[in-house]
Amino acid sequence: MTPPDLSRRDLIYLTASGGLLGLGAPGSNAEAESQQAQARPEKRSVELTVNGERREFQIAPSVTLLDALREHLELTGTKKGCDHGQCGSCTVLVGGRRVLACLILAISEHQGEPIETIEGLARDDGVHPLQAAFVAHDALQCGYCTPGQIMSAIGLLREGRPADDDAIREGMAGNICRCGAYEGIVAAIRSISAGGVE
Amino acid sequence: MTPFDYVRAGSMREAVELRSRSPNAAFLAGGTTLTDLMKGGVEKPSLLVDIRRVPDLDYINVSSGKASLGALTKNSDLATDPALMKAAPMLTQAIAAGASPQIRNMATLGGNLLQRTRCPYFRNQAFACNKRSPGSGCAALTGYDRGHAVLEGSSQCVATHPSDLAVALVALGGEIQAEHISGQRNIPLSEFFRPPGETPWIETSLQRGALIVFVETDLPPEARRSVYLKVRDRASYEFALASAAVGLHQDGSRIIGARIALGGIATRPLRFATAEASLIGRTADEAAFRDAAAIALGEARPGRENGFKVELAKRTLVKALKLASELQQ
Repeated sequence: MTPPDLSRRDLIYLTASGGLLGLGAPGSNAEAESQQAQARPEKRSVELTVNGERREFQIAPSVTLLDALREHLELTGTKKGCDHGQCGSCTVLVGGRRVLACLILAISEHQGEPIETIEGLARDDGVHPLQAAFVAHDALQCGYCTPGQIMSAIGLLREGRPADDDAIREGMAGNICRCGAYEGIVAAIRSISAGGVE
Repeated sequence: MTPFDYVRAGSMREAVELRSRSPNAAFLAGGTTLTDLMKGGVEKPSLLVDIRRVPDLDYINVSSGKASLGALTKNSDLATDPALMKAAPMLTQAIAAGASPQIRNMATLGGNLLQRTRCPYFRNQAFACNKRSPGSGCAALTGYDRGHAVLEGSSQCVATHPSDLAVALVALGGEIQAEHISGQRNIPLSEFFRPPGETPWIETSLQRGALIVFVETDLPPEARRSVYLKVRDRASYEFALASAAVGLHQDGSRIIGARIALGGIATRPLRFATAEASLIGRTADEAAFRDAAAIALGEARPGRENGFKVELAKRTLVKALKLASELQQ
C-alpha cells in the first residue's frame, strides 16, 4: 500500500507512536518532539505562573505545556505517557482544574491562570497528605503514572467529596495505571476524601 | 507538528477576521481534538487563531422552553449546571458520559460539535481515508469495522461521529448561531450534521471560517423526563458502541410526546422522528419501546464486524425508554 500523503515528519511520528491503536511507550515521542522543536525558527516569549513562581522563556507555538514544563522549566515530575490525551500521566492543574498538559499549547497559557504541578504539592513540613496516603496504601508500583494520578485526585477532591468508591473510580477514569495499582489508588483517595484537601 | 503561526483573538469579530485572512487557518478552543490531530499530522493548519480568551462566549442561560449555551462553555460546567441538570437530564448525562474529567475541563461546547471522528483509519496516515484525504478511498470498508456506522454510511465513508453531547442536542432540537466574516447565520440542529454521501470530508453545514457563537437548545416537555444511556467496551472513558438520548412526555401511562436520538451507530448524531411518532398514544411499556426500536434500526446496514450493533442499539434504546418512563415527571 502506498501511503497517500506521508512526509518524513509523519513517518517519524508514526514510528514513534507505535502503531494504530496502542498507547506509545513512556516518552516515546520525546525525540521526535525535540527534533521538530529544533527545526522551528520562530520562537515567542511565554510567561507562565507555575507553582506560584513566574517563569518566562522562549518557545515555538507548537510546544505543548507538557514539553514546556519538562524541557524548558526542568519540572520533570509531570510525565509523558501516551502524549495523546489517553493516559492522564501528564495531568496538572490550571486555574485549579485538572487538565492534560500534553494537549495544551504552552503559548495559549501565556499570562494565563496559575499552573500547579506535582512539584508544588510538598509543604514545609513534608509531602502533601495525599502523597503520603499513596505511599501508605501502596497506590503505585512503577510510579510512572503516579504524579498524574495524584494531581488528578487533587482536582477530584477539589470538585467535591466523592460519594463512594464508585464515584472515585469514575472520577479517576482519565488516569491509566499499567501496573494495576487501582485498588491502592482508590483506598488512598478514600482515606483523604473524608478530611478534605487544600 | 507541522510548524504554524499563532495569534490570539480578543473578540469574536477579530477571530473571524483573522481566520478569513488565511485559507488554512483553524480556531483553537479546548484543543483536545485539534492538538492531538496536529501531532499526528492529520490536521496541518498554517495559522491557529486562539479563541480561548474571547469574552462573552462562556455562559449557561436556562429559561422556560429554551437553554442558551455559549460556545466556549466547558463540558464540565455544562455537565454540572444545576438548572440544566433539572431541565434536560439527557443533555447533562450525555456530557458527563463523554471523555474524562480532565478532558471535560478543557473541551468546549463548540469544539465538541466540531470534533473529528475517532475512526482509526482517519487518524493513521498509512491508510486511505476520504475525510482526511478526499478521493483516497475508505480503508474501513475493507478493514476492521467493528466500531463503524450501521446507518447512513456511504461507499465513501462509514465513520461514526464521536460526540455524546451532540446526540442529546439533536434529540432536543434547536439551533446553532455562527459568526462569519460575511455576517451571522442560524443553523437548525437538525441540519447541522451532514451524512457522508459522496463528500465525507464535509461534516457540517457550517460555512468555512465560521465560528460557533452559541447553541440555543429547545427544552420541550420531553426534556425533563429524559435519559442518556451509553454502552461501551469499558465502564468509562470510552466512545459509545451505541447510545440513546430519549425523553418522554406522558399523560399517566400514555405517551403524548417522545424524543429519540441515537449515537455510536450512525455517521452523525441521528434523530428518529418516525420511531418517536410510533410511541404517541401508546402505553409506556416494553412492547411499545421494542416497536419503536425496530422502526429506528429498520434501515440498518451493518458491515462485516459491526452487525452486533444493530441489536445492541435496539436494546440500548428500549432500556433508555424504560428508564425514562420510570422517572417521576
